[in-house]
Amino acid sequence: MSVGHRLLAPGDSPVHRCPAHLKVLGLLGFMLLVVATPAAWYPAYGGYLLVLAVVIGVARVPPLHLLRRMVVEVPFVVFAIVLPFVAHGEQVEVLGLMVSQPGLVAAGTLLAKATLGVLAGLTLAATTEPHDLLVGLERLRLPSMLVQIMSFMVRYLDVVTDDLRRQHIALSSRGFTARNPRHWPVLARSIGALFIRSFERGERIHLAMLSRGWSGKMPRGMSSEMSNR
Amino acid sequence: MSTPVLDVRGLAHAYPDGHQALYGVDLHVHAGERVALLGPNGAGKTTLVLHLNGILTAGAGSVAVSGLPVTKANLQEIRRRVGIVFQDPDDQLFMPRVRDDVAFGPANLGLRGAALDRRVLEALEQVGMAAYADRPPHHLSFGQRRRVAVATVLAMEPEILVLDEPSSNLDPASRRELAEILESLDVTVLMVTHDLPYALQLCERSVILSDGVVAADAPTRELLSDAALMAAHRLELPYGFDPSHT
Ligand SMILES: Nc1ncnc2c1ncn2[C@@H]1O[C@H](COP(=O)(O)OP(=O)(O)OP(=O)(O)O)[C@@H](O)[C@H]1O
Ligand SMILES: [Mg+2]
Repeated sequence: MSVGHRLLAPGDSPVHRCPAHLKVLGLLGFMLLVVATPAAWYPAYGGYLLVLAVVIGVARVPPLHLLRRMVVEVPFVVFAIVLPFVAHGEQVEVLGLMVSQPGLVAAGTLLAKATLGVLAGLTLAATTEPHDLLVGLERLRLPSMLVQIMSFMVRYLDVVTDDLRRQHIALSSRGFTARNPRHWPVLARSIGALFIRSFERGERIHLAMLSRGWSGKMPRGMSSEMSNR
Repeated sequence: MSTPVLDVRGLAHAYPDGHQALYGVDLHVHAGERVALLGPNGAGKTTLVLHLNGILTAGAGSVAVSGLPVTKANLQEIRRRVGIVFQDPDDQLFMPRVRDDVAFGPANLGLRGAALDRRVLEALEQVGMAAYADRPPHHLSFGQRRRVAVATVLAMEPEILVLDEPSSNLDPASRRELAEILESLDVTVLMVTHDLPYALQLCERSVILSDGVVAADAPTRELLSDAALMAAHRLELPYGFDPSHT
């Protein structure tokens, strides 16, 4: 299954049917609002979460589907946990540990904002086909070059993840498991090989495009829009 | 004799790293012919193919397509005349939907609107993939992707169809279906292949490229029956296959 489709939770709710560009605008507005909310306005964050919960409920996206995909937030969580220990300012005692009070507030805010942002993004991805998303972005007048790059990404992410998986299988079949740092050079080399393979594939795709008369820009009337007339 | 569709003369090519892949290749293909290009790994077949539409430029010698020399100034027209189907369909199919992919070439040639749609549908029908027009290419089976790759090129209505190892990685049924499609097309074909029975089935004439030169050019059956010639160029028939009895 493709990467974009792994995020998708197919369904036929009003949220699924809503045109992609409206959803993108909605997400953008929501994000701006969340980011602009001052630190420690906790009731406001509660309100945002409620709004999201309602949207997710209407879309009937299984909560577990979203929860499992929230792992992308882990780096933020780690950072949020470290923050109270390294930040300066007034110290307070929490569970017998001395931590920075401003650091604690900053961590709480970061966590709240990151969670809301990730959840909102995942909800969009869960209710919108990758292709419709691209069409939506195009309708929002995003420069077509950017949309093209993204559509190439959607298209080839799978090919590259497949390459990666095959490489992993080939390594494991020869008894390799990365257990400690001594194994890292092997991993580095295999990632290097993957990079070169992807780069060369890029070159071959370019050749294939040239062979069909491509002259540097996507022909007009030929964008992803056309298949949706 | 009429102007050949493909006229390659004294073509030589060295890659930028200094490796010389072609040493003076001469090859003519006439309208309506189906010619197989045979040869061992590393013989220079793909290198030759990349010269046919000006992706690589000749170090020495010349390539002409229906009389039009392959030069920078003619590239757009050359690429309309010469349709290349590459070995890995994933390299060729890069649009989000099959129909967009098939439309890419003709749209580059300036086709728009209903004429473009018609061209796309025709090409997909020729390879029996019209029902898949709205599917993303990466969700198709390998054999289906190969067929769509052929359609992307047919949509440009080329004068010559060049295929690099069309039967590789196909299961026997897909391989046969592709052969039927190729046989049904009314177009000149140059087919690079390691699949010698396929060459015999589809191409009346074969050319052996070996170490960057044309080593033989004869009717396919005659070539495949010449054991000494075959052995000299690392060509081997599949076990139990007898070219004189098919
Ligand atoms: N980009 C490149 N740079 C340098 N040398 C190359 C490059 N591509 C191919 N070669 C070399 O040129 C020679 C001919 O390669 P080519 O790919 O044309 O062979 P081929 O006949 O298509 O082989 P195969 O049957 O394996 O596909 C080989 O020796 C190869 O190593
Ligand atoms: Mg090759």
